[in-house]
Amino acid sequence: MINKEVKSAEEACQNIQDGMTIMLGGFGLCGIPENCIQVLVDKELQQLTCISNNAGVDDFGLGLLLQKKQIKKMISSYVGENDEFERQMLSGELEVDLIPQGSLAERCRAGGAGIPAFFTPAGYGTEVGEGKEVREFNGKPHILESALTADYAIVKAWKGDKAGNLIYKGTARNFNPPMAMAGKITIAEVEELVEPGELNPNEIHTPGIFVQHIFQGEKFEKRIEQRTVINK
Amino acid sequence: MALDKNGIAKRIAQELRDRWYVNLGIGIPTLVANHIPKGISVEFQSENGILGMGPFPIEGTEDADLINAGKQTITDLPGAVYFDSSTSFAMIRGQHVQLTVLGAMEVSENGDIANWKIPGKMVKGMGGAMDLVASADNIIVAMMHTNKKGESKILPNCSLPLTGVNCVKKVVTNLAVMDILEDGGFRLLERAPGVSVEEIKKATAGKLIIDGAIPEMSID
Repeated sequence: MINKEVKSAEEACQNIQDGMTIMLGGFGLCGIPENCIQVLVDKELQQLTCISNNAGVDDFGLGLLLQKKQIKKMISSYVGENDEFERQMLSGELEVDLIPQGSLAERCRAGGAGIPAFFTPAGYGTEVGEGKEVREFNGKPHILESALTADYAIVKAWKGDKAGNLIYKGTARNFNPPMAMAGKITIAEVEELVEPGELNPNEIHTPGIFVQHIFQGEKFEKRIEQRTVINK
Repeated sequence: MALDKNGIAKRIAQELRDRWYVNLGIGIPTLVANHIPKGISVEFQSENGILGMGPFPIEGTEDADLINAGKQTITDLPGAVYFDSSTSFAMIRGQHVQLTVLGAMEVSENGDIANWKIPGKMVKGMGGAMDLVASADNIIVAMMHTNKKGESKILPNCSLPLTGVNCVKKVVTNLAVMDILEDGGFRLLERAPGVSVEEIKKATAGKLIIDGAIPEMSID
């Protein structure tokens, strides 16, 4: 067993530098690596390129990095819940690359799987397709999309073992598995870190080979963005 | 009388068929799940990674790890499954989902759709809409026929940045049900209760094809 355990988010993130490209798992505020995001804020890293489906909200998730203007460029599919994001984008302080959600996920997966590019119908005929190679397959036009990788991928899982194997819970899985594959270095923060052998190998979602550092997060606020309930 | 949002959802629900997997967009499409016809089984896919999505949770049981693509808390039904985003869009791109229902700002007579961006306004992003419309075999658009100023959203050409081209098959609005013909044009299929063909004509800027008597929708 190769032991990937580190003691804290600080230790896991200690070599992240200004100007790096970082993938962050999560959909909305669901399944985001809250502990590492706080460390990136505290370390006052600058000029980051963040690849994440969303950009958090004003006071949580990636919104915390935006508030301190630590992000130079966002690569996302939907960023609509964040006033500071809007302000920085309209003023030109923040570079934004919007990508169809399925293409974003597949570009990460491809990056991790050693596939440099692929054709997809998504975005053909729209501004997303502008300047991209078009080819017809089965009578339908497709555009060429390239793979994405990152200096660091930071993911959040429910359970993990010290070998880096991960299990996610519910829809908190989302972008975490494809991004875990695409980081040159991948950090996993988990709610529960166990000894190797305690997870059933049949039930692991992300094999530990994709993970370099793993730690049990100190706390998980797990904020809910849209609490919709039926009254008792 | 023109349909309200719930009425549009009710009419679209009549298009559901037994054993279909269905992706519902945010807004009016979400309401379709409340009106599944009796006697059929369908499963709802949400592109953030669940099949077998259930209703909103009872207060106090909501789970931050269980949301839909609109980031609302939801529940799962027996037989549900969770998966990652790339698997989710494999289901969509690979045409394993039989029906996609989504909203639109504009639809054109050749099946183009615009629903993600208004120039000069804050751009929120396309989310999964471009993947959904480019891939789905069967796309129904749920929308209001006109905007707040009374201008038609059923157009010869979209004026807003496109989400997808040549993809919409059917449109259900507060006034009408129309399908989009292969060689262009909105074929009027049904009128909302009490709405005349004349009213629909007036509200439609795109090419409207009226063939014979147009029946009224039956919605209970």
